[in-house]
Amino acid sequence: MIEVKNLYKKFGKNEVLKGIDLAIERGGIFSVLGPNGSGKTTLIKCILGMVLPDSGEIFIDEKPLKNNFKYRNEIDYLPQIANFPGNLKVSELIAMIKDLRDAKATKDEELIELFKLQPFLNKKLANLSGGTKQKVNLVLAFMFDSPLIILDEPTSGLDPISHLRLKNLIFSEKEKGKTILVTSHILSFVEEIADEIVFILEGKIYFKGTIPELKSKTEQLDFEHAIASILSASYA
Amino acid sequence: MLKILKYSFYDLVRSRWSYVYFLFYLLLGVVLLFLNNDLSKAVITLMNVIIILVPLIGTIFGVMYYYDSREFTELLLAQPVKRSSIFLGQYFGVATSLAMSLVIGLGLPFVFYGIFNSSAIWDFSLLLVTGAFLTFIFTALAFVIALSNENKIKGFGYAILLWLFMAVIYDGIFLMSLLYFEDYPLDKFSLAATMLNPVDLSRVLILLKLDISALLGYTGAVFQKFFGTNFGLILSSAMLAVWVIVPTFFIWRIAKRKDF
Repeated sequence: MIEVKNLYKKFGKNEVLKGIDLAIERGGIFSVLGPNGSGKTTLIKCILGMVLPDSGEIFIDEKPLKNNFKYRNEIDYLPQIANFPGNLKVSELIAMIKDLRDAKATKDEELIELFKLQPFLNKKLANLSGGTKQKVNLVLAFMFDSPLIILDEPTSGLDPISHLRLKNLIFSEKEKGKTILVTSHILSFVEEIADEIVFILEGKIYFKGTIPELKSKTEQLDFEHAIASILSASYA
Repeated sequence: MLKILKYSFYDLVRSRWSYVYFLFYLLLGVVLLFLNNDLSKAVITLMNVIIILVPLIGTIFGVMYYYDSREFTELLLAQPVKRSSIFLGQYFGVATSLAMSLVIGLGLPFVFYGIFNSSAIWDFSLLLVTGAFLTFIFTALAFVIALSNENKIKGFGYAILLWLFMAVIYDGIFLMSLLYFEDYPLDKFSLAATMLNPVDLSRVLILLKLDISALLGYTGAVFQKFFGTNFGLILSSAMLAVWVIVPTFFIWRIAKRKDF
């Protein structure tokens, strides 16, 4: 599904990605973990074509990304910070994104129902709370039926009920055979949903595999301690 | 690109500032025409206002719009839309809505005044066309500045400096150099120097069209000989077009290589 080969990227003097090699197969939930500033978001933005790598290649379904924008039709993306043009109403924003993607079948109505957004449809985006904006963000990300879904910190600002609904939504998408890429700092959330984790440390892939594999590699009994032991080893 | 243009345009048309800008021109046109009652004087006053104000508003609006819609741009970048379409669409959206505020705001009072039955119609159209050109030029320059500066304050600073340079400082340097080199033949130099600044170029074009070039003395005669001809008019219009095309090309190029 996604193949990343020898990816390098630096911003000024700050080398963020130092040779990432990664292959993600079709189907399943993959969680990208790593400390702050390890390059998670940069990697995701490279896959989306928002950040242009210094060297290295990315293929999606065996097609290279360079000079290609149509492949983004196959990706649903949830950005980390939800900020929308304040002059627009929620319903207008949804209609606009639909129009831009020329999508025929969308499930925006189901999602609006799921996250109980009906009372906000005619409100301007500038007047919404952070959590409500995140729900709108989720509707925009999930309303198309793309085979690849990328979620950058999907849980931020959500109340417990919405959190639960989001989890069920992610599972139901997985059932359909989709590939889902999630970054999150909430380890209990990751442990619950992820089939495999990809751990990035200092711009390189430190570990890729299932959670039990990580536990045995670090000789820890629970997931949180396993992650902590990687981090303390790297800082020591 | 047209879809992005449409949404940027709608977004701006609904914002309060477009109305303020539109009403300002409407008011200016009404006051000048109905309190003054002299059409060519009104056109000259308008020229002075347009030549300073249009570039200023174009740069400020362009920079402001770019920085304000940065998060939204990121949302668009993740959609299956070409990068160049996003930025060119936004640019044309901003520039078109500003140019429309100008043309409609000034046009309405003149239409009611009866411009269509008057001989000043061509002077007035030239005024509006150069005003629209200036809007497109300075909005494009503003987008180039904003795209190449992540820092908002720096971007604003450079934009204001650019306006100050084009509208005020350039003329100062131009005049100083004319005084300094007055022993040499300067007609070619002053023609070239005028061509290279869109603000000066617009001013000279309008002044000569108004047939008051006699006021400009010797340079006026040289300019009249050049700009008064068809060749001069075509060349200067082409120059204004180049001033739109070159920055637009830079928007396209910078957008293609930028990280978000």
